[in-house]
Amino acid sequence: MTLQRTTTFILICLGLIFSIASCTTVKAYQKGKLNDSEMELGARKIQKTEMSFQAYREGASGVNGGKTGGGCGCN
Amino acid sequence: MKKICLAVVGLYLNLVAAFAQTNTQTDSTQYKNRKLKLEEVNLVSSYYRQKGDNSAVTGGVGTEKLTDIANIIDVKFARYDKKFRKHTYSVELGADTYTSASSDKIDLKANSSASSHDIRIYPSLSWSVENEKKGTTFGLNASASSEFDYKSVGFGASFSMKSKDNNREITVKAQAYLDKVSLIFPIELRSGYVPGAPDRDHIQYATTPRKSFSGSLSYSQVVNQKLQLLFLLDLARQSGYLGLPFHRVYFNDNTLKVESLPSNRFKIPIGIRANYFLGDKVIIRSFYRFYHDDWGLTAHTADIETVIKLTPFFSVAPYYRYYHQSAVKYFAPYMAHTASDVFYTSNYDLSKFDSHFIGAGFRFAPPKGVLGNEHFSMIEIRYGHYIRSTNFNSNIISLNLKFK
Repeated sequence: MTLQRTTTFILICLGLIFSIASCTTVKAYQKGKLNDSEMELGARKIQKTEMSFQAYREGASGVNGGKTGGGCGCN
Repeated sequence: MKKICLAVVGLYLNLVAAFAQTNTQTDSTQYKNRKLKLEEVNLVSSYYRQKGDNSAVTGGVGTEKLTDIANIIDVKFARYDKKFRKHTYSVELGADTYTSASSDKIDLKANSSASSHDIRIYPSLSWSVENEKKGTTFGLNASASSEFDYKSVGFGASFSMKSKDNNREITVKAQAYLDKVSLIFPIELRSGYVPGAPDRDHIQYATTPRKSFSGSLSYSQVVNQKLQLLFLLDLARQSGYLGLPFHRVYFNDNTLKVESLPSNRFKIPIGIRANYFLGDKVIIRSFYRFYHDDWGLTAHTADIETVIKLTPFFSVAPYYRYYHQSAVKYFAPYMAHTASDVFYTSNYDLSKFDSHFIGAGFRFAPPKGVLGNEHFSMIEIRYGHYIRSTNFNSNIISLNLKFK
């Protein structure tokens, strides 16, 4: 059941990727807002220690820059 | 005749000068400083404190009190090579100093034993080379981590490719960690244990391996001038000793054993991140992750952060994170496991719970530098309060100083 859910979620994401792949092209000079340092996709340096304690205290990890195991005695 | 000659010479010189200027302009756009240059230095410090009453060291009951002071320094250098490719080098060193009331209970009679505190040191190195013309980046990294009962080395590689218009990017990564867990059992479960006798085996603990391998795929997409998305997928496999040897489990027949978990675990986290610039002063950063593994743990994480730019250089960012997980198949609380169980744990980090993490960040990055020092480019402070439905809570405050 859960494997089905994972597969469904992956398929939805793939569908979303293909549907947005034809988005309007944004030129370099139009990227003023996208280039703002707060718009950076990914976790910021200051969140590193937060993600570390979450990796210890929670069973799930990965994809947000948090480790998927190894390197510490966490899960 | 002289006038004509002078006019021709003048025109020729003008023409030469004009071409000379054109050539100079072309060269200036190609110019890249090839010397190794310090790009930035980041200092991250944090203070973390937690409280709870379900320590795995004492079988799912007992204090989880812990404090941790973490300090990380990260230095980044860059240079261009002859082919105008950008090489980036990063050196990072982290140190965690922690005290743990639950680890202290490896010896139940101890009061401030050797296990009550430790230091974890974790250096790492990374290198990447970016071909700006082709839009490709290749990177390698190596890391290590050392604390008294746990040693780890890690290495990885990554490759990313941007579309010609820089609106899409795909990245693949591979990462491996080779760890060694010291077999420090609860003192009463050690062979030859004599109550009241000193712990003579203190420096002779055997070790056992734990290996973690992961592959990651991410795809980013600029949707329009205000919205960009990032899709993430990891596939991770762990093998070896995946529990911790000092986690006690009390069974319903009053017997005591050390936590036992399968020697393999396969994890699939998948996530999406969306950042949206709302108007001119507000940025919404959001993240969702779905996680499933073959121990039966399914989790959902949803995170939203609203960055409000009070001035172009000062921003406040309140945030909220919700997390839910189901329990692993092998979890049961204190004295609930039966003798027929093959795998068993009373670690509440693997139990069913919800958690809420709420806080705010403050970021100050003036164009002339913090306190007028042009090299001190940014200061950021972030506080968070974490509440878990298993009667556990913690607080964390972090500081990031950036120098350029």
